Amino acid sequence: MTAHPFLRGVTPFGRAPAPAVPRIATATLSEAFDSRHPLDAAAAGFVLAALPPGRVLWAQDRLSRAEFGAPFLPGTGRALLRLDLTRPADVLAALEDGLRSRALAAVVGEIHGAPPALSFTASRRLALRAETAGLPCWLIRHAARPDASAARMRWRLSALPSAPDPDDPKAPGDPRWLAELFRARGQPPSTWVARHDRAADRLDLSAPPRDRELAAPARAAGRGLA
Amino acid sequence: MPLALAAPGPHGPVIHAANRAGEEVGARPGARVVDCRSICPELRVEDAQPAQEAARLARLTFWIRRWGPFSAVDGADGLILDTTGTAHLFGGEPALLTDIQAGFARAGLTCRLALAPTRGAAWALARFGPERAICTDPLPALAPLPVAALRLSPETLLLLHRLGLKTIGDLAAILRLPLMRRFARTAPADNPLIRLDQALGRAAEPLDAPEPPAEFAAEARLAEPVMDPSDWLPGLTEQLCAGMAAQDRGCRRLCLSVFRVDGERRDIRVALAAPARDPAHLLRLFQGRLDRLDPGYGFDLIQLAAEAVEPLAQAQPALDGSAPEALALSRLVDRLVARFGAAAISRPLPQDSHIPERSEIPGPPLDDSPAPPARPDRPLRLLTPPEEIQVLYAIPEGPPAQFIWRRQTLRVARHAGPERIAPEWWQDRPGTRLRDYFRIEDDSGRRLWIYREGLAQDGRGGAPRWFLHGIFA
Repeated sequence: MTAHPFLRGVTPFGRAPAPAVPRIATATLSEAFDSRHPLDAAAAGFVLAALPPGRVLWAQDRLSRAEFGAPFLPGTGRALLRLDLTRPADVLAALEDGLRSRALAAVVGEIHGAPPALSFTASRRLALRAETAGLPCWLIRHAARPDASAARMRWRLSALPSAPDPDDPKAPGDPRWLAELFRARGQPPSTWVARHDRAADRLDLSAPPRDRELAAPARAAGRGLA
Repeated sequence: MPLALAAPGPHGPVIHAANRAGEEVGARPGARVVDCRSICPELRVEDAQPAQEAARLARLTFWIRRWGPFSAVDGADGLILDTTGTAHLFGGEPALLTDIQAGFARAGLTCRLALAPTRGAAWALARFGPERAICTDPLPALAPLPVAALRLSPETLLLLHRLGLKTIGDLAAILRLPLMRRFARTAPADNPLIRLDQALGRAAEPLDAPEPPAEFAAEARLAEPVMDPSDWLPGLTEQLCAGMAAQDRGCRRLCLSVFRVDGERRDIRVALAAPARDPAHLLRLFQGRLDRLDPGYGFDLIQLAAEAVEPLAQAQPALDGSAPEALALSRLVDRLVARFGAAAISRPLPQDSHIPERSEIPGPPLDDSPAPPARPDRPLRLLTPPEEIQVLYAIPEGPPAQFIWRRQTLRVARHAGPERIAPEWWQDRPGTRLRDYFRIEDDSGRRLWIYREGLAQDGRGGAPRWFLHGIFA
C-alpha cells in the first residue's frame, strides 16, 4: 500500500475532500505563472488581491510592460511604487534592494519568458532574502514554462468565466480564476477556484466543481449567452 | 584721513588706489607716490596686495548672487551680475540698485552701479556714466561717453584720439568699412568696432559664471596615477560625512570627480531623495557606477564633494542600531535611482480626467497620498498604445460579437457598456473622435476593455476603428 492510494481528485465515495487553503501572504518567494496568453491578467489580479496592505514595490521589465500592459491606478486602487526597468536582471536586482528595505510591505516583479538571469541560484537568493526580511515576494512569470526554481509556492493561474453580476446578467461580474498550486513546501499540490470579491477586497478560494455533468452545462450556458 | 595704496612702478612706487579723501588731495591711480607726498605730506601710503584683492573680489562674486543667479569677476576692479528676471523681486530696477548699494555699504564698501542690457554698456555706464544709471537702449545712453568706456587699451585709445574720435557717438556715426580696415590687425578684445558691437548688443558676449566652491569636500592626492577609485572611496566618504556631521548638515547630491593625468576631469553624480550623511548609505550609491568611469591613463586626484547641502539634525538610531524607520523609504529610493535612473521609478498619482491615458501621471516616489478606491469598471492593466482590433458586430453601433486581435479570433460571451468618453476639447486637437468603451468577456473568461473610436457618420473620418485598451483581472 502506498501513502496515497487514490489518484488526486478521484475518490471511491463521491467528492474528494477540499484541500486546505494555504496561507497566501506568507513571507517567502512565490511564483505566479500566467496561462501564456497576453490577454489573461489572472496572475496579476491574483497577486494584487493577495498582497498585504501597505507600500508595495512593483517592478516590470520592458517586454512585460509592452506585451501585458502596466498596472493602471484607477483599476488597481493602490498607489504602487512602480519601477519601469529594461532587463530581467534589473528586476531581480530591484527586488533584492526592495527586500533589504524596511519601508515596504511586499515586493512584486514581472518577468517575461525564462531569461538566463533568473536561474535557480537567483531564485534561491530571492527566497532567502524574502524569508530573512519577513516580506512576501512575488514573481509574476509571463509566457514562461515552470523551470527549476527555489520558490516556496508556485501557482499557475488562468481566467475563468466571471461570477454573475447581480445587476446585469449580460455583464461580466467579479473575476474568478483557476488557481493551481503545483508546487509548495509542506503542502500537496491542489487546485482551487479563486474568486476576488472586489466590494470587500477579499480573495476566496474554493474547491473546483469536480462533477463533470454539473460543470459542463454551466460552461455551455456561458457560451449560449454570446 | 587720506590713504593710498602703492604698487611698484618702473620709476618708483605709483598710486594703485586711494580712498575718497586721498583722491581729493590728488592721489590719482598712476601718479607717483613721491609727487603725491610732496603735495600732501599727511597722505598715508601702504603697500597694495593684489592677490588679497583678487581673493576678496572672488568671494564677493558669490555674495552678490543674492541679487541674481549668475555673476563673475570683471577685470581687476569690477563685478558683473546677470539680473535678468530678478528686478521685480526687489521692487523694480531702481530699488534693486539701491538695495545693492545699501548691501555694499553695510559691508563697508563703496561701489558704482549701472544696469544695462549688455555687459559693455553696463561697464561703460558704471565707470563713466551717472550714479546708479539705468539704461534700456544702449546707443543714446553711450553716445556722449568717451571712447575709453569701450574697454580698450591705451594704445588704441591714443590712436582713436588722433583720428579725432572722442566719444562713442562719434565712433558709431562714421562708416564701418574704413575702421574695419584700420583695425583689421588688432586683437578682438581691443578692436573698437567689436567692442562697440558688444556694447550695443549686436554681438553676443556671454557671461561665464563660475560655480561656487563646494562647502564640504574631501580629496585624496595620490603619488602615482591609479585606474580605480574604489579603494579610496570609503575613506573619502567617512571624511566627508564627519565634516557634515560636525555642522549638522546633510547633502542631497554627491559628486565624485577624478582628475586624470592627461588633463581631463570625469564626474559621477548621485542624487538623494532626502538629505543624508550616512557613510555606508552614500557609499552604496556608487555601487555599479564606478565601472562607467573612464580613467584614461589614470588619475592622481580624487575629490568627493557634497552638493545641495541642507540642514540635517542628529537622529536617534533605533535600539538595534539601525536607521530610523522614516528614512528607510528615502534610502530605498536613493538606491533605486542611483541604479536605474530617476525616470524609472514613480508613484502614480490620480488626475482629474476621464481619458484613461491622462487619468494617472507618474508622481514623485516619496509621495504618500492615498490612492482613490479601485473602480470595477476600470481595467487592472492598461496597454500603451492601444492595439487595433477588427470587430464584427451584429447590429451597427451595437456591442461587438466577435473580434480579431493579432490574428486570433475571440468571441464575446458577455459585455457591458458602452461608456462614452468625450474628447477634452481644451486639450485635444480639433477632430478628435469620442470613444465608446465596452467591458467584455470572451468565452474562456478573459475580461477586456475595448473601445470604438468615433461614430459611423460623425464627419470626423471614415468608419470607426476599434481598439483594445486594457485587461481586467
